Amino acid sequence: MNPFNKWIWLAIAGLLLLHHDFWFWENDYLVGGFMPIGLAYHVVYSIVVTITWVILTFKFWPQDLIQE
Amino acid sequence: MDFLAQAAAADSDAFSDGMIRVFVILIYFAILLLLGGVATTFLKKNNKDYLLASHSIGPVLLLMSLFGTTMTSFAMVGSSGEAFVSGIGVYGKLASISGLIHSLCFFVIGTRIWKYGKKFGHTTQVDFFRDRLDSPRMGLFLFPVLVLLIIPYILGGVIGSGTIIQSLTSGAFPEWFPHDQPALKGGVPPYLGSLVVCLVVLIYVFFGGMRGTAWANCFQTIVFMVLGVVTFYLIAIKLGSDASGQSTDLLTSMQNAIKNVPTTHTTRSEMSHSMFIAYMLIPLSVGTFPHLFQHWLTAKNAAAFKLPIIMHPFFIMIVWVPCIMVGVWASAPGVLPAEWYANPSENQNKVLGYLVTKHTTPVVGGLLAAGVLAAIMSSLDSQFLCVGTMFTNDIYRRFIKRPIGITNPESTNGDKSDGEPSVWVARAFIIVIVAISYVLGIVLVGKSIFSLSIWCFTGYTGLFPIILAALYWRGLTAAGAQAAILTMIATWCYFFFATGDKLYVPGTDWDILPVVPITVATTIVMIAVSLLTRKPSEHTLSRYFGS
Repeated sequence: MNPFNKWIWLAIAGLLLLHHDFWFWENDYLVGGFMPIGLAYHVVYSIVVTITWVILTFKFWPQDLIQE
Repeated sequence: MDFLAQAAAADSDAFSDGMIRVFVILIYFAILLLLGGVATTFLKKNNKDYLLASHSIGPVLLLMSLFGTTMTSFAMVGSSGEAFVSGIGVYGKLASISGLIHSLCFFVIGTRIWKYGKKFGHTTQVDFFRDRLDSPRMGLFLFPVLVLLIIPYILGGVIGSGTIIQSLTSGAFPEWFPHDQPALKGGVPPYLGSLVVCLVVLIYVFFGGMRGTAWANCFQTIVFMVLGVVTFYLIAIKLGSDASGQSTDLLTSMQNAIKNVPTTHTTRSEMSHSMFIAYMLIPLSVGTFPHLFQHWLTAKNAAAFKLPIIMHPFFIMIVWVPCIMVGVWASAPGVLPAEWYANPSENQNKVLGYLVTKHTTPVVGGLLAAGVLAAIMSSLDSQFLCVGTMFTNDIYRRFIKRPIGITNPESTNGDKSDGEPSVWVARAFIIVIVAISYVLGIVLVGKSIFSLSIWCFTGYTGLFPIILAALYWRGLTAAGAQAAILTMIATWCYFFFATGDKLYVPGTDWDILPVVPITVATTIVMIAVSLLTRKPSEHTLSRYFGS
């Protein structure tokens, strides 16, 4: 039984891959002169995750929960 | 003589500053007690209302209570301390991934648990598993594990609250509470601070039940989010003041504050990739936390979950990023007492408290202390309530005092509303668990909240495959679930005593967390045993999965 749309799993898989930002691992560049880029990347990542959940919950909310 | 006069004046100032902070904290405690008291007036005298707020919680209150419950002392005190020790990597390792995984758990696990819980009358995880797997004995396997795992979680809150109160009230009572370290002299000692916090939480949980807990959680979440940002601003302005000591704007202050931070803390040069990946499993623990299970069941309808799912990652960012930044700034030489840099791990829990005391006014310091305590107490309350609920529901009413009757014909658990006696049993068991946690908290006061929490989360993540399979796999059997629980216990104990916090993948230099092999082992055992043993009845399976 899988009440969830395949797009949900694709979005989650994509976000899991994007989480591992090996490309900024040892980069000490400061965004705006105050925030290390490794931290700034994950701040942006958190915002992208939030937006993704907006789309997933409104577009792909499971049918069986709509009546509940 | 001038020197002595100045010293006396300084002592006098310190005394009054500390006292003001104590006063503000006491006012905050009084507000919480008032909230619990007001919630009492809405309380109906039955178990369902006391334990689940009669499934009446809407999206905003659900968001705030779920968020407040998942954010612990670890989110503020632990994160800033850990960033002081190891730098920015802490955010990606624990916070940004939690934003994704926690919401995923609310979506995939929480909504289903709510649906079945409301339909079949579940109150606890044991209720759910017993019903789903046709196994009256599930409680004997699951109850001790869930309670034993929640004790280190409660311990983190007890230790965190005592530590933060001591550092934030330093100077309040120098004659009563002398201390070797000047930064802690006169502060309310951890044994007393933790005791007061436990008592305040106990009182409003006792009188307000789940409704009072949800209200208090909402209030506390607002408090710690707002005051967390204010703390960040004030510390940034002070730490980043220019060479002459003059304050500058926020951006310039942040640029100044990070100038002397070592590159080990502005990059992840000392963090391994394999460990970063291994930490992705830790947030799955949210799927099996018994106190979150109970909060999920309070939702008014399925749609109430949408707001928590969406906003949880954003809220995590608001709380964690400022704390991480403050912890990173603290790693620059001269920000903290010199001796703390020699042994950062031992002093990490004191970092935030020290900076707040040093860089803010007493009233603001007291408010900020309230904010940090809010984060701690908003988790402790749900944990206290859930241990009481589990004991009453899964042990007392199941094995000691049998339910009087079953009112829900679809449920094997029933809506067993025997009213006030069970509520008092819940309260008594809560006191026992809090007393044990308090004593352990006093004994382990110097221990890292971070390490305690990770071991607790590891155990809960080890149980995650079972709850996932119970919701989505018809093939799961009671024997499979029980074998998986025993495997989790055995592997957890093995790694805890034999390897410690990290281990290496055989034949490589990849360091990982014990949670990886524990979760793999429980999954394999669960599938293997389930394939070999008898499934629940078709009637039970059709209730959950349709025919």
